Amino acid sequence: MRMTTLWIAAAIGGLSAAGPVAGQTIYPINRAEILEGSRFDFKVEFPNAPTSADVTVTINGKAPAEIFGKATTFMQSEEGQKHSALWLRGASLPAGNYVVEATQGTNKATVKWDVFATAQPRRAKNVILFIGDGMSVANRTAARILSKGWDEGRYNGELAMDDMSNMALISTSGSDSIVTDSANAAHAYTTGHKSCVNALGVYCAKNALTLDHPKVETIAEVIKRRGQMAIGVVTNSEIEDATPASMVAHTRRRSDFNDIVKMFHDVQPDVIMGGGSPNFLSKATPGSKRTDEQDFIAKFKEAGYTLATTKTEMNAAVAAGSKKLLGLYNTGNIDGAFDLRLAKKGTISKFPDQPDVVEQTRAALDMLKGNPDGFFLMVESARIDKYSHSLDWERSVFDTIMLDNAVKLAKDFAGDRNDTLIIVVPDHAHPISIIGTYDDDRPGQLLRDKLGVYAESRPPNYGPLDAEGYPTKVDTSRRLAVVYGSYPDTCDTGRPNMSGERVPAVKGPDGKTNIANEKDCTGPLAARKTGNLPFDANSGVHSADDVILTAMGPGAEKFRGHKPNTYVFRVMAEALALGGK
Amino acid sequence: MQLCAKPAIPTRRGLLNGAAAIALCGPALAAEPAGIAFDSLYKSFGVLGFQFSDRVTALRGQSVRITGYMAPPLKPESHFFVLTREPLAICPFCQSDADWPVDIVVVFMKEITPMVSAGRKVVVAGRLEIGSATDAETGFVSQIRLTDASFTLA
Repeated sequence: MRMTTLWIAAAIGGLSAAGPVAGQTIYPINRAEILEGSRFDFKVEFPNAPTSADVTVTINGKAPAEIFGKATTFMQSEEGQKHSALWLRGASLPAGNYVVEATQGTNKATVKWDVFATAQPRRAKNVILFIGDGMSVANRTAARILSKGWDEGRYNGELAMDDMSNMALISTSGSDSIVTDSANAAHAYTTGHKSCVNALGVYCAKNALTLDHPKVETIAEVIKRRGQMAIGVVTNSEIEDATPASMVAHTRRRSDFNDIVKMFHDVQPDVIMGGGSPNFLSKATPGSKRTDEQDFIAKFKEAGYTLATTKTEMNAAVAAGSKKLLGLYNTGNIDGAFDLRLAKKGTISKFPDQPDVVEQTRAALDMLKGNPDGFFLMVESARIDKYSHSLDWERSVFDTIMLDNAVKLAKDFAGDRNDTLIIVVPDHAHPISIIGTYDDDRPGQLLRDKLGVYAESRPPNYGPLDAEGYPTKVDTSRRLAVVYGSYPDTCDTGRPNMSGERVPAVKGPDGKTNIANEKDCTGPLAARKTGNLPFDANSGVHSADDVILTAMGPGAEKFRGHKPNTYVFRVMAEALALGGK
Repeated sequence: MQLCAKPAIPTRRGLLNGAAAIALCGPALAAEPAGIAFDSLYKSFGVLGFQFSDRVTALRGQSVRITGYMAPPLKPESHFFVLTREPLAICPFCQSDADWPVDIVVVFMKEITPMVSAGRKVVVAGRLEIGSATDAETGFVSQIRLTDASFTLA
């Protein structure tokens, strides 16, 4: 979630520190895996603004125009910058191995592309991609303890996402950095390309404007270009946020929310559900966050969408047989399961009739399942990540349970059909671990006195489960001790925050450094912790740890061992036979 | 404010009305502007937009006072800052994925003023403007503003 401009500054600084003469840069980058027939922008950047006569570009020894069957464009001093660029927007290639060489004087840059075909016949009619944003191994473990129970070393049940036929360890790094963000991480799933932090559907070139960078096609665009499959995008974040946006967006900057709304309208997924309504409203409407007069509520209605602003309206649209739905249930993020069920904080009072991810998933499946050519549905449980940024593990784990309940619905739908590939995967990890239990009955006055480790990590005494598998009481005397490995200056209360999402740190007097939120520092057990993050960090950060993918259905057998995140796109594209013209 | 003579029926030309009121009331109005609160800015607050409360609509163009929290400012001295209902832990100006709460009030000061540290509770007095407006300098779009404003620590 949190990506500072420091990242970009560091990347640029790193380049200039490497020497005054950067080499030629070719997009797509080295080792790109490209779906046969999918559209991508081919760009080569040459430093020091040479003329076209000063450079040579070949693909498998031939001129690019010959390989692509389309003319390229050369721009000396592109945008007035100190580089020249060779462009071909909207290129595509037949399957094969390609070697691209860009020569400038005595410097030669080389990249290799693997353009892959997909076998016919198509093996999956439907694909359901569940993304647990930031869902780390401890999220799964804690969700299992909280929702299934634990007795003598064994769980009293399996998560729906655990009980699947195939599993793989997925690495999530982007092309620019070890630790990635949710934009670039989701982009890997929806395009099959590795890009950089903050980017969606583009490579990160030197272009000044965020929308001008070299684009790659998203799976939703491939599907819409090729045929009649229906598409659903469901999240409990703002719909413009990184993960859902990765289905439609092409921008170097994930915060281009107003542009992203337009991109949703351009691609027109059949079912679109989440929060984030202000970017759909004309700036003339109080509450709008747009900077123009465009009314995207009206535009989606004109395009045949039913609008739902509450759970009741969503269910009514399903009952009425709607096949195209724009569901916007909150001005910001939809409240998470912990607040919807237990604490009733967040924005529950303002938006008392929001659907959760499970209810959204049920509605989406009902609307999509009748499509004769099948569907592609992405479902994100977004706040697993957001609450981990806030070091609010109970809320993060409740939203993991919520994701699992949505997975169960999908498994029930898939049943014995053998035509639906279901994938459950995080986009990146957080440094979160379970180290024991806090027991208020242990002697001592400090939080660490209350911590039972090893033989004293007795099981927690959370309240009984409700019908959906959530504990009905979590503020009990013996609780999981869950810790985060990255934090700003903060205070750990060792208990769930019933008064609303945790705010771990606040801006200090200098307006830059973040300091502990004193509200959390006064409780009986509150433990003050000196941060281990850079001083401008106000919340926890992502980690580079690999994440666990589980899958079932046609194509799932390809998930085994350790894979890069781009491989998820490849398996989905192969299952749906999306290659070729 | 009740003490001063002013036109009995407020007209829709709020700005003129406010100016007239200032002329009539002079220091009395400046000393005691009408109080408004974050909780009562809107009468409806939904996914498809907000409606200003009747009180806010009626006070348009007039001098008002509101208590809130100064969001992390762009610059240490500015003629402009954002007032929020709750203290902001984040700085939407500095963090590209952070966003503003929807019910902010944008404050344009009488003159360039040193800002106080982010998250301080402040009382702002100024002329109330409502309706969409785009700041020419920053491109910042706002729906509710206090102009010719000044603030004190709460």
